[in-house]
Amino acid sequence: MRPFAYEQAGDSSAALRMTANRGASAQYLAGGTNLLDLMKIGVAKPVALVDIGPLRADHASISVDADGLHLGALVRMAEAAEHPDVLRDYPVIAQSLQLAASQQLRNMATLGGNVLQRTRCNYFRDPSWHACNKRDPGTGCAAMDGVNRRLAVLGTSAHCIAHYPGDFANALAALGAEVTLLSPEGTTRRILFEELHRLPGDTPHQETNLHPGELILGFHVPAGPWTRRSLYLKIRDRESYDFAQASAAVALAVVDGTIQQARIGLGGVATKPWRSHAAEAVLQGQRLDEALAHAAAEAAFRDAVTHGENAFKPELGRRTLMRALLQAATMEIQPNA
Amino acid sequence: MATDIMLTVNGGQHRLAVDVRTTLLDALRERLDLTGSKKGCDLGQCGACTVLMDGRRVLSCLTLAVAAQGAEVTTIEGLAGEHDPLHPMQQAFLEQDAYQCGYCTPGQIISAIACVKEGHANSADEIREYMSGNLCRCAAYPKIVAAVQQAKPLMKGR
Ligand SMILES: Cc1cc2nc3c(=O)[nH]c(=O)nc-3n(C[C@H](O)[C@H](O)[C@H](O)COP(=O)(O)OP(=O)(O)OC[C@H]3O[C@@H](n4cnc5c(N)ncnc54)[C@H](O)[C@@H]3O)c2cc1C
Ligand code: SF4
Ligand code: FES
Ligand code: FES
Repeated sequence: MRPFAYEQAGDSSAALRMTANRGASAQYLAGGTNLLDLMKIGVAKPVALVDIGPLRADHASISVDADGLHLGALVRMAEAAEHPDVLRDYPVIAQSLQLAASQQLRNMATLGGNVLQRTRCNYFRDPSWHACNKRDPGTGCAAMDGVNRRLAVLGTSAHCIAHYPGDFANALAALGAEVTLLSPEGTTRRILFEELHRLPGDTPHQETNLHPGELILGFHVPAGPWTRRSLYLKIRDRESYDFAQASAAVALAVVDGTIQQARIGLGGVATKPWRSHAAEAVLQGQRLDEALAHAAAEAAFRDAVTHGENAFKPELGRRTLMRALLQAATMEIQPNA
Repeated sequence: MATDIMLTVNGGQHRLAVDVRTTLLDALRERLDLTGSKKGCDLGQCGACTVLMDGRRVLSCLTLAVAAQGAEVTTIEGLAGEHDPLHPMQQAFLEQDAYQCGYCTPGQIISAIACVKEGHANSADEIREYMSGNLCRCAAYPKIVAAVQQAKPLMKGR
């Protein structure tokens, strides 16, 4: 690891001030499970770490009210995964966290850090490879014709096909969540979570629309008649403790067998947390059966582009979404209050 | 950048001057001679470095020593005094022969104690799922599950 300065921020305004003072390459340290990993392997090289652990005092609450689910940025993954209200009213959120990483990591990692985790593309994580536009802009992309079995088929560009590896963020995107941000000037703004991450385009090194030094304070998942009939289905190379090869976050509002509204997120297959409005449109107002689930899955992957090793992904993604939809339709639930 | 820190480990206080880059794992092993916690991958992937911080199981290789100040750290060395009987989980690993080389074992035992205390040891499947962050190259997995099941009822009240 390269040398860096370390400061602990007592609250959010101290965190903003410390980061501003240290300049562009200062970074917030939350659970550290992604950032310290990337520093050890020589990919992240911050000059300073501002430890935001103490912000737990103000930004680690979990609450459910008529407005929806409110999650502080410093909530640990395990806390949200096991919260009884989240399990009952937002099972897709709880499952997306419970099926991620390991219990040790879930005890350390925060929700704010989780959504900002970087891709697991092998070339990005190994600086001995020269070509990686995301790590070193303008150097090319070694993955295009290389080892790309895990990489994305949706939202790719000619410059980068790296997958967004997280799970929770796909559930947030599906449910139309918002994220609250605090700017270095001290003003807060709320944006749609779906707009936090960017497509790679020709600037794959710019992954989010966060302003420099901006701090994530928390997430709001709006209430809706679909949240209880929701689940996260994750398909992995090994049965536990692995990133998704394909995953589906689905939430359905069903009345008398007809889907009033559907919310669909996809993971492991796209370059950013992915919401499939196309699949949602196919489902809306219809009765769910295998043919309809298939049509929705077709719509979700219509624009998929593969690169050799990852040619299996659209089919795996379609089957994952189909199974998730059919499973959600048969869930035994208490109707939303 | 060197800095003075205070760590609370197995009930004792330790004042140390460390480079801020020092992980909790390296501070334990290299500075406090607590070599029970193992370095497998050093990247958060194997679980060999698992310790308890305020009762929660965490990975000491991805925890900065400076950031561990103020927390109660428990390592494998802190489970039983030199002249005390072993912790039921240690005893169960012995009796079930839940290892071959033993390299992953301290991390497995710490993780297993937390797994029981969290309430995640209600079935063999649940134990496998919640112990999946601890890899074993010797594949002692079936015996590890048996050890957790053996120790669970003996841990009541601990
Ligand atoms: C072996 C392994 C397996 C894993 N498996 C999975 C998996 O299956 N699914 C999954 O989803 N994830 C998985 N992960 C990733 C893990 O979930 C993330 O590393 C973790 O959630 C990151 O959270 P953190 O608090 O540790 O973030 P940190 O590492 O502390 O921070 C990550 C980034 O976010 C920034 N940041 C953190 N908090 C804020 C904030 N509040 N405001 C602004 N910026 C902030 C930091 O500056 C940094 O750039 C795995 C990780 C490992 C090591
Ligand atoms: S896919 Fe993206 S992250 Fe991977 S090598 Fe290409 S540019 Fe780098
Ligand atoms: S050494 Fe910490 S997880 Fe492997
Ligand atoms: S006993 Fe050898 S690695 Fe587990």
